[in-house]
Amino acid sequence: MKESLGERIFSYTNHILLLIIGLVSLFPFYYVVVVSFTDPSEYMKSSFILFPKQWSTAAYQYILSTNVFIRSLGVSSYLAIVGTALSLMVSAAFGYMLSRKRLFGRKFLITALVITILFSPGIIPNFLVVKDLHLVNTLWSIILPGLLNSWNALLLKTFFDGIPESLEESAFVDGANDIRIFFQIILPLSLPALAAFGLFFAVGYWNTFFNAILYISDSSKYPLQVLLQGMLLQAETGIADPGVAAQLSAERTVPPETIKMAAVVIATVPILVVYPFLQKHFAKGVMLGSVKE
Amino acid sequence: MNANATIAKSAAIEKRKRKWASIKRDKYLYLLGLPGLLCLILFKYYPMWGILIAFKDFSPFLGFFDSPWVGLKHFDLFFNHPDFWLLMRNTLAINLMSLVFFFPIPILLSLMLNEVRVEVFKRTIQSIVYLPHFLSWVIIAGLTFTMFATGEGLINKILESLGFSRIEWLTTTEYFWAFLTGQTIWKEAGWGTVLFLAAMANIDPTLYEAAKMDGASRMRQMWHITVPAIRNIIVILLILKMGDMMDVGFEQVFLMKNAAVSSVAEVFDTYVYRVGVRQGLLSYTTAVGLFKSFVGLVLVLGANKLAKRYGGQGFF
Repeated sequence: MKESLGERIFSYTNHILLLIIGLVSLFPFYYVVVVSFTDPSEYMKSSFILFPKQWSTAAYQYILSTNVFIRSLGVSSYLAIVGTALSLMVSAAFGYMLSRKRLFGRKFLITALVITILFSPGIIPNFLVVKDLHLVNTLWSIILPGLLNSWNALLLKTFFDGIPESLEESAFVDGANDIRIFFQIILPLSLPALAAFGLFFAVGYWNTFFNAILYISDSSKYPLQVLLQGMLLQAETGIADPGVAAQLSAERTVPPETIKMAAVVIATVPILVVYPFLQKHFAKGVMLGSVKE
Repeated sequence: MNANATIAKSAAIEKRKRKWASIKRDKYLYLLGLPGLLCLILFKYYPMWGILIAFKDFSPFLGFFDSPWVGLKHFDLFFNHPDFWLLMRNTLAINLMSLVFFFPIPILLSLMLNEVRVEVFKRTIQSIVYLPHFLSWVIIAGLTFTMFATGEGLINKILESLGFSRIEWLTTTEYFWAFLTGQTIWKEAGWGTVLFLAAMANIDPTLYEAAKMDGASRMRQMWHITVPAIRNIIVILLILKMGDMMDVGFEQVFLMKNAAVSSVAEVFDTYVYRVGVRQGLLSYTTAVGLFKSFVGLVLVLGANKLAKRYGGQGFF
């Protein structure tokens, strides 16, 4: 059937609007990448740059030669790897336990978990507990309190609900216990879901900021986001550590603006790398949690 | 009488026996959940105890037990402090802005995406608009500064080279809420379409075909088939949003806040961080946090009740 003129106009307008939305979404990224690769002298001369005549990797060379940046990259990578592995293990095992209907006390534990989603004691009581446990200024202060994310544990429980208990029965007959069954039968079956949750945990750890400024004042343990905050927003908020500020602005031949943009690009690349995998899984993840219909 | 009591007693004993047998049988299952249980106790329930310092004059030197009880002093102080109304106003204003200007956008965007017939184009736009959701607020704030800062911001550089004067986008109180809303739109509007698009994908295509046969235009098909299919999700998300009215993301506001706009930027969490963690007024800010958590809880429970009444199904 041929479309009427009105429908064609509707369709064109729709496509053009979406194209504009796409460009608005992309433009900041484009600009950041362009500035980060602009030749320092060109950047300082021009009033503004939308496309550089001379490309340069000076900003990248500079930032990757500073100890503080490399160190923070290391801290964030450590958090993303160790934190993700531990969070995934703890949350999956807990979620699995809650999904077995024969468990005595199951309802009570699920209620206890849901309560923590509905009510939080607040920033200060959490802060005092981490302090009491002497975790302040260690990376454990970021990993341990978030190890069991109530919401994710509940989602994992919902996922494991779908795995029938009959699957375990033959293994029980063979004399395997629950721990072996979990690791040798259940986990291998759940790899796609675990991968999805793992990616989300990893992005969460990579982006962690609030807990880091709350618990970590030792600049040698700054995750990347805290360092970035100091670099990007120092004009407004003031960098937390004067030593770090000094090292990052020591070099004057490279303008601070291009260095900042290079830092943003480097901090975003890991997200871009996992993005296609995230995209494959996230719709599933959202659906699992949100719609029961 | 006596016999009945004996039977009841032995039944109770039998029940307890079975309970212990079941716990013993599942001991490895409990062991599996033990690390999670410890985390739940240590990091979710143990801090609840700390709520009590809202009713004490807590001093780290005296410790929890020796700090004196002061009843509702800190709540009194807070409710009679001008900061209270400031925090309330800012929190509600930021959330209302988001409700009015952010909330409809994922709905419109998903309707627009749903009308795209060229699959490659649709996928590409989706990939682009979902991406900002995964970036940290530090990056988002950084991008905002890169675009809007007074000195190095691109917009101001362009304005200046065109002969206009620079505009102090980020240090003007009138613009602050709009900037927060704009950031939220840029970061989350795309991601917000996921649920709607999933619901639209489940619509029976024969409905559209039948409507086309009857001569319904694309607009009418959208209005009479697509929109009803997502109406329930819209209502549920709207109710959920109501339950969230006390919450403003700490990181976003903290990163965008500066001295010039602090009167419109301070919200409960940033206040607790500044006055409690930084300045050390722990009891007072615990009371502030408790107030916020409590109102939040009431709102969520109310929202849940509303959702149950509307759809017959709550969230928990």
